[in-house]
Amino acid sequence: MLTVTPHHFLILAFLLVGIGFLGLLVRRNVLLMLMSLELMLNGINVALLTFSKVGNNLDGGIFVFFIMTVAAAEVAVGLALLVALYKKRNSVLSDDMAYLKN
Amino acid sequence: MVFSKNPVTAAMFMIISLVGVAALFVLLDSFFLAVLQVLVYAGAVMVLFLFIIMLLDVGPDVAKQKITHWRFGILGVLLSSLLVVVLISLGLPSDFSGANNPSWPVLSDAISSGSESLLFSTKVSAFGYGLMTKYMLPIQIAGFMLLISMVGVIILSKKVARGEDV
Repeated sequence: MLTVTPHHFLILAFLLVGIGFLGLLVRRNVLLMLMSLELMLNGINVALLTFSKVGNNLDGGIFVFFIMTVAAAEVAVGLALLVALYKKRNSVLSDDMAYLKN
Repeated sequence: MVFSKNPVTAAMFMIISLVGVAALFVLLDSFFLAVLQVLVYAGAVMVLFLFIIMLLDVGPDVAKQKITHWRFGILGVLLSSLLVVVLISLGLPSDFSGANNPSWPVLSDAISSGSESLLFSTKVSAFGYGLMTKYMLPIQIAGFMLLISMVGVIILSKKVARGEDV
């Protein structure tokens, strides 16, 4: 019978990081890029929690808590910046944000 | 999620994967973090994303053009699969805590009295104990950072509303 080992959790976490990285590289919509960033952070959270449980140490779990806090703040600020940029450039594509000035 | 044309569809897939991650947290015996994951990510962050998608009106008609150039697509797939392969080949430890079979340790519900090492526990009280003793300064810094980001967001959106030069 197949039992779930930490290896499975870790492989899934790495896959989540990889999918998030793929989205970050491939998408042109900055909104979707931010979402992919969230997916990467989630993969890291899964890996941290797996190590936390295997090592019988709560520090990893608490670190997951802090990562969630920072991610929420980052999303709020990033979306506010995106709205400000959209008002200026009228686009959310990263191609149109390649220049500092118009 | 990465390859869906419509941003709203992508957000819905994202919510599904976030809830899936919350289920994984339950499997890892971290019930508090699972609840937090659903509340913070699926509840707050994705609502924010959907709100911005609808505010900016980034429908499929705006994103009519391809999501990416095919060369960048192939390059991205190659790079990210390289990342996954490297992570799996290097990041997987061959053995956990000396034992050859990777298996879960026996958990105890005891909260360690000294602040040297916190034992993994399913109880929320262990979590709060760790936050209030060993991680007192980080939690204060995190709270301050949330305040700063809130002020920053308010200032950013206020300037735009008044039509000033950002």
